[in-house]
Amino acid sequence: MTALTRVIDPKGAVVGSLPQLDDERLVGLLTHMLRVRCVDQRMLKLQRAGRVGFVGTARGLEAAMIGSAAALATDDWLWSGLREGGAAVMRGLPLAEYVAQMYCNANDTAKGRQMCNHFQHKGSHYPSWSSVIGTQIPHGVGAAYAAKVQGKREVHAIYFGDGASSSNGFHSGMNFAGVWKAPCVFVLVDNGWAISVSSREQTAAESYADKGLAYGIPAREVDGNDVLASYAAMQSARERALAGEGPSLIVLKTYRMLGHSSSDDPSKYRSEAEVAAWEALDPIERFAAFLTERGLADAGTVERLEAQLFAEIDAVVHEQEAAPPMALKTLVEDVYADVPRHLRRQYNEFLRVAEVHGDAQPGDGAFPL
Amino acid sequence: MANLTLVQAVNDGLATVMRDDPSVIVFGEDVGPKGGVFLATENLTKEFGEQRCFDTPLSEDGIIGTAIGMAMNGLRPVAEIQFQDFIFPAFDQIVSEAAKLRYRSGGQYTAPMVIRTPYGGGIRGGLYHSQSGEAYFCHTPGLKVVIPSTPHDAKGLLIAAIQDPDPVLFMEPKALYRSVKGEVPEGLYTVDLSTLRTVQAGDDVTVFCYGAMVPVAMKAAAKAAEQGIGVHVVDLRTLLPLDEEGVLEAAKRTGRVVVVHEAPRFCGYGSEISALIAENVIEYMEAPVKRVTGFDTPFPNTLEHHYMPDERRVLDAIEQVHSF
Repeated sequence: MTALTRVIDPKGAVVGSLPQLDDERLVGLLTHMLRVRCVDQRMLKLQRAGRVGFVGTARGLEAAMIGSAAALATDDWLWSGLREGGAAVMRGLPLAEYVAQMYCNANDTAKGRQMCNHFQHKGSHYPSWSSVIGTQIPHGVGAAYAAKVQGKREVHAIYFGDGASSSNGFHSGMNFAGVWKAPCVFVLVDNGWAISVSSREQTAAESYADKGLAYGIPAREVDGNDVLASYAAMQSARERALAGEGPSLIVLKTYRMLGHSSSDDPSKYRSEAEVAAWEALDPIERFAAFLTERGLADAGTVERLEAQLFAEIDAVVHEQEAAPPMALKTLVEDVYADVPRHLRRQYNEFLRVAEVHGDAQPGDGAFPL
Repeated sequence: MANLTLVQAVNDGLATVMRDDPSVIVFGEDVGPKGGVFLATENLTKEFGEQRCFDTPLSEDGIIGTAIGMAMNGLRPVAEIQFQDFIFPAFDQIVSEAAKLRYRSGGQYTAPMVIRTPYGGGIRGGLYHSQSGEAYFCHTPGLKVVIPSTPHDAKGLLIAAIQDPDPVLFMEPKALYRSVKGEVPEGLYTVDLSTLRTVQAGDDVTVFCYGAMVPVAMKAAAKAAEQGIGVHVVDLRTLLPLDEEGVLEAAKRTGRVVVVHEAPRFCGYGSEISALIAENVIEYMEAPVKRVTGFDTPFPNTLEHHYMPDERRVLDAIEQVHSF
């Protein structure tokens, strides 16, 4: 079993080797983490108000996600699971697109087809996950192999949870990546719970990092509530991948503070004491204490940043409330590169009824056959 | 023009497109130096090197999952599933991922890839080397499903599939791999992925078929001709998307239809052909549509020649619809 790697302890004191980050980037990490938390809070509120359908929050996971993804370069890809949307925002996903996706409205680049919390951003190489657990893992490996044979200098960071470590995709992805020495980094975010099944019940292995051994992939267990340790782990795994030495597995140990989603009541399956113990290890408070110690923050910093972030988020939400209706043709578009005749016919038949009932908008016209 | 078997035409198609497009790569179980269990990928590793034609670990889920990632990042993967019977571990990746990627991403991400797989009975392969699973995949929007029946079409459809912007399941009738031979043009050519092929024209009964059932239907048609029944034989060859206009036209031509496939009948591909005809051209029909198919059972071994439609059963169906 590997020891848990840390750079700062739960009180914010330095206990490991600090990554080379200037003051601006250090403060930036705090802002990115806080943005994740503020966006989640606002989305939950909108969900309770019936404005968005579903929220899978990242509360408690901010350091794991932001720290590790901050070590990626612009050309790298991030293959996501449910909770990495905040990392996408940090890497370039415009907040407006994030909110449009939560509203599943006509501004959503995925045309409102996915349920909430399935973000994508082509510009920063962030494909959306499907909802099926673990399927993105071999995709990331294949894309990494493609990068390698095409001589592209890029690393594929593949994120998934403790539950996904039981999936086919984890096994085949890790196995193929090891054999191919693919330039990828597996990021197992062990947040304690796969909906209601604890991560201790997901495997008999003492540590998730032990799983790397069978695939010939070096693995380490990192304190995922330590943003700097998460950063440093990705940084070294990334360098290893770029050097042609193959994949790594990073296990980020952290805790999902809220339910699996806005539809979940975690009090049914876990104790208040367990949650309280992790609350005391809050990743943002820990990093704020570290920054305060270094003179980069003061007692009011978090509050000031939160006020700015909520103003930024609320402006975007306001704008997205006014999105135009979804074009009906999107029902049959993007199934294939061109809309085939049978789908044109199905749509035209539907449109005839939709027009009678006033559901059709200008521009929803029939396809030529 | 070379006179090739169907499997040689597949091999020629792969080599031709690999020479033309360096982003095309071929991989799967035993496809490398061995050249595949049916030799469909023979000599590709020798000509194109281990980076473009290679063996993978034994995991269908891994083969298709990684193919999707490769397709998303600039390659044109052609993945082989050794027998279609072994494709089901990859069903999730095909149905949930490859087929839905373009739609769910609003066209931002796509998976231009081909899955080649030998299917069908007639080789004494028993339950797990004989199945025809096309119906599972034809129920999957976003996927194209192609089945050739001649060497010419095998090469031309395969090249079209590899060049297509969407994922294509390319099912090869293994019973025909070495039992049919035909003229195959040299170099690059394509056969359109949206049109059926009229194998022979006839005015009395229309038979729809594909893959290994095409020669069976042709034998039955020859026997029917001896009785003065003119059979119009249609090779569907692209099952999804289907050439619906072509099917309806061929059905109207005779008003008497037989559909033949070796897969089980219930919810089989013949059901769709039958429903399409019933919905659109029932007023032209002179007889109920008759299906000749495998049984709704697992695929047998010893009795496979009775399970699979043969010329006698197809001829019987032709006679029934003709005399209705």
